[in-house]
Amino acid sequence: MDFTFTETQGMLRDTLRRFLADRYDFDSRQAMLRSEKGHDPAIWASLATELGILGAALPEAQGGFGGGPVDTMVLMEEFGRAIAVEPYVPSVVIAAQALLAAGADADTLVPAIIAGDAVVAAGFYEAQGRYNPADVRTTARADGSGWTLNGHKPVVIAGPRATHYLVSARTSGDQRDRDGISLFLVAADSPGIVRRDYPTVDGFMASELYFEQARAGPQALVGQEGRALPLVEQLIDHATVALCAEATGAMRRLHELTLDYARQRKQFGRAIADFQVIQHRLVDMFMEVEQAASMTLMATLRLDDPERARWVSQAKAKVNRGARALGQAAVQIHGGIGITTELAAGHYFKRLSIIETQYGDTDWHMARVEAAL
Amino acid sequence: MDLAFSPQELAFRDEVRTFIAENYPANLRGKQDEGEELGREDMLSWHRVLARKGWVAPAWPREYGGPGWTATQRYIFSEELARADTVPILPFGINMVGPVIYTFGTPEQKARFLPGILSGDAWWCQGYSEPGAGSDLASLRTRAERDGDHYIVNGQKTWTTLAQHADWGFFLVRTDPTAKPQEGISFLLIDMKSPGITVKPIITLGGEHEVNEVWLDNVRVPVDNRIHEENKGWTCAKFLLAHERTGIAGVARSKRGIERLKGIASEQPGNDGQPLIANPFFRRKVAELETDLTALEFTELRTLAGEAAGRGPGPESSLLKIKGTEIQQRITELVLEAAGHYAAPYFRQFPANDLVGSNEYPIGPDWAHRAAPTYFNARKTSIYGGSNEIQRNIIAKMVLGL
Repeated sequence: MDFTFTETQGMLRDTLRRFLADRYDFDSRQAMLRSEKGHDPAIWASLATELGILGAALPEAQGGFGGGPVDTMVLMEEFGRAIAVEPYVPSVVIAAQALLAAGADADTLVPAIIAGDAVVAAGFYEAQGRYNPADVRTTARADGSGWTLNGHKPVVIAGPRATHYLVSARTSGDQRDRDGISLFLVAADSPGIVRRDYPTVDGFMASELYFEQARAGPQALVGQEGRALPLVEQLIDHATVALCAEATGAMRRLHELTLDYARQRKQFGRAIADFQVIQHRLVDMFMEVEQAASMTLMATLRLDDPERARWVSQAKAKVNRGARALGQAAVQIHGGIGITTELAAGHYFKRLSIIETQYGDTDWHMARVEAAL
Repeated sequence: MDLAFSPQELAFRDEVRTFIAENYPANLRGKQDEGEELGREDMLSWHRVLARKGWVAPAWPREYGGPGWTATQRYIFSEELARADTVPILPFGINMVGPVIYTFGTPEQKARFLPGILSGDAWWCQGYSEPGAGSDLASLRTRAERDGDHYIVNGQKTWTTLAQHADWGFFLVRTDPTAKPQEGISFLLIDMKSPGITVKPIITLGGEHEVNEVWLDNVRVPVDNRIHEENKGWTCAKFLLAHERTGIAGVARSKRGIERLKGIASEQPGNDGQPLIANPFFRRKVAELETDLTALEFTELRTLAGEAAGRGPGPESSLLKIKGTEIQQRITELVLEAAGHYAAPYFRQFPANDLVGSNEYPIGPDWAHRAAPTYFNARKTSIYGGSNEIQRNIIAKMVLGL
């Protein structure tokens, strides 16, 4: 057993933390969110080229550093600290990994993802299926010169800025069959993709995608036809753990902000941090942060475990509960100012609340834990 | 970062597993299976086996008789003990007073006391709490006055666990009533057979005689039995509390407890002909317990890794105490729930019990008559070792800087 970070991982953390502190402070972030695109394209470009960190967790053969999930954990905690609205999870954690898993033919896009030129958004979930990735109504039909897709993916994070979409579609079978699901990588400007863009409550931009006789070439199929569900589940688990790391970073920062605020805010002639009832609440928040960090580490190190589903779901369920408890406590200790947009605290609370709903809510994950009892 | 054990660590695990299988006292296993009360010699027999092997004090430095294991080896060892459901090694000597003696004691004190702690020849108890000094331990009033090369000790201690078996006790006593509370306390080792000591049983809710009152009436204690300087006892007390807390998470034991709970719930019928474990509400509670235990386990592993990297058992161990005891309590709650009707029948288990007309043999499954007493008893865990509220105060002060 070994719990030490490599020197590279330590450098990754320091580099990204400095960069985000410098370029992604609260005011800069708010300005980005209010801009026309809802983000600053220069940030992603800098992460790709100036810092060169988008490939940290990817193989060297494709231009990465040869790291793995621990490197992703390190980066995601920092993104969480800054409540960054960057597409690292869909583009790097999900899409790059999907392309690598699918084999040599499909991975020509990976270097472009690492270089920041390609941004991929993921569409695995559908309106009728809640968190069940096997519930796929979107169809893909092979025809002479490629594929024709029809269907609806309502919440695709980073959709507006994506150059490509990685979507699941049914090539055979019934709506909830485990067999018959295939993955497709399609250019965002493919004919027949109708997009409605919108902001999310936590500051991201997303798209509702309609595939209306959308055309894709024969090379759009990623992996084996009809056999993509295990890969989709694996990708979702990796994304889930990355989100746990993001939540951990956000929770740690929100705890710090709340601690600072409680020290400054005076009522009854003294700092509210002097009151034991506030102190114990701050301690409970501290314990949630530490447990979230522990669960994130645990699941990160067990992504190749035969019981992956059990460990990932334990982690997300625990982090979800912790994120809610900590977020609510932070707002409560801030008082009225906590429910305004003026301080960063409320924005962390918003992000943590939405993380709870992404890649499986607490009930979804507890059901998987129960299945593994 | 790697969770896997190295080949050497796996070999160590097998060595421990084999040793336990071959050396665990058979009569002790039998009594545990029957749920019989364990006497003094029962509790000591396994201690002695481990002592002869040199494994009874995993955390002690090698120079004082520890095995010189890494943090990972200690983790593996405690996992294997729990897996085999061995009786716990009593903490008072090995985990508590031993480290105080080898940290603060003189060479003579180390030579005199450490061998008996390791061998199990000396049974230790802890004289800390008083009727008026619980969470506010520094307000203790048991008085030690100098008389030549002796102290004369007068006062009352309480909640003294298993003092009825003890040869020695470590006591916090007031040596300077004029100083600030923390600065007038000394740490004394007292022979429990000294004239003037009276041990009176306190019977707890499950009927156990586990804790006692200890009265001290003009007890003469040689000054040589004082650890550290006079009026520096609080330093020893704080050090000991930090040591007490690290083991207190009880992860391996709780894992075993949850496995046992799942076994019970798989055999107990639910309300619909299915086993209780198939009841969605019960199943969810077990799943949450297991999830919280994983969080505790990895928090402990991170703490151990920090210790291995040179950061001592710090105030973070308060977190392990709080979450560890909450989980221990929840396991006993769910076993009680699982017992259903069979939680109620009373079985006279302990001779000290004062109820009459109890059953001569258990009604219902063998484990069920222990469910309620164990649940009652586990309420102690969030109270002892610094209550969970005091632990929050410690984190607030030492970690959050409040």
